[in-house]
Amino acid sequence: MTNPENVLMLAGVLFTIGALGVMLRRNALVAFMCIELMLNAANLALVTGSTMNGGLDGQVASFFVMVVAAAEVVVGLAIIMTIYRTRRTTSVDDANLLKL
Amino acid sequence: MIPALIPMVTGASLTFWICAPLAVLGALGLVLFRKAVYSALSMAFVMLNLAVLYGTMDAPFLVFVQIIVYTGAIMMLFLFVLMLVGIDTPDSVIETLRGQRWLAALAALGTVGLLFFGIGGSVRSGPFAGLTEANAIGNVEGIASLVFGRYVFIFELTSALLITAALAAMVLAHRTRVTEKIGQRLQAAQRMRDYAETGAHPGPLPASGVFAGHNSIAVPALLPDGSVAESSVSRTLVLRGAALDPEDLRSMTADRFAAIEGVKEEEGDE
Repeated sequence: MTNPENVLMLAGVLFTIGALGVMLRRNALVAFMCIELMLNAANLALVTGSTMNGGLDGQVASFFVMVVAAAEVVVGLAIIMTIYRTRRTTSVDDANLLKL
Repeated sequence: MIPALIPMVTGASLTFWICAPLAVLGALGLVLFRKAVYSALSMAFVMLNLAVLYGTMDAPFLVFVQIIVYTGAIMMLFLFVLMLVGIDTPDSVIETLRGQRWLAALAALGTVGLLFFGIGGSVRSGPFAGLTEANAIGNVEGIASLVFGRYVFIFELTSALLITAALAAMVLAHRTRVTEKIGQRLQAAQRMRDYAETGAHPGPLPASGVFAGHNSIAVPALLPDGSVAESSVSRTLVLRGAALDPEDLRSMTADRFAAIEGVKEEEGDE
């Protein structure tokens, strides 16, 4: 069996890279994909927790995270498309109508 | 008994040491590639590697759900939207907030430190239970008994969530038509009106030219007086510079005809 501590470290690294991407990238689609990466890292941690504790609850939780991610992607991409249709851009800098 | 000098390397840990660096590389690619399509592909790569890791951690059900739902459905949805938006949409590299990169790197360092030393410190070390017992009746069966047993209410809630998401996507994708839809009948009436008012030709556009060496859509057709019929080549091709020059084509055709005439004359001589 893989050492679960190593897998948890991998999950932490992936989560950090995803967070870094959200902070750095201005393209809404890439930022969104970085959010997906963070969700994936959390899933990995959940599955690892499942192997550590000998129950399938972690895997079920990870399954629910995937369902929520699918719903989130549908709505998020629809919002990005709507913004693109009205403003002709996918840069998060240009969606600034609420800015004072 | 001989003490184990070399730590035992199992297939699972070997897979981990192959897949983990690949996953990290893919994640870095996702953040660092300038082109969004490359980012999407490296994201799909990370997801596939994670699926393999789930396989080594006794989660065969999640392997397939990860590949089918994440890599198959979600990433392809991303690629569809990328195609709709156009892959050429540039990502600005100018920093709008001063020092944002350094602050982001600092925040990332802080996050990784927090995760490793803050939360990681509270992770108890082995021996770990493993899933042999939980998977005794089968992984899918075990998950099913949890989903339809202990977590059945959450499962019902996800159905409400999915329906809401589908509705939301339809509402967001809906566009109210502000102009009348132009059907075939309206188009025909408009053509006749144009003909009556401006004298524009109501029939179809002329076909592209046919020469001895070329008959592609980039070849302009010639009018009876030898001038070029402008409307025989798509404006896009002309602007892109893909339309061929009729003079070259004409000279080539003349050469061919001359060659044929020459052969005829030789044969006539014999």
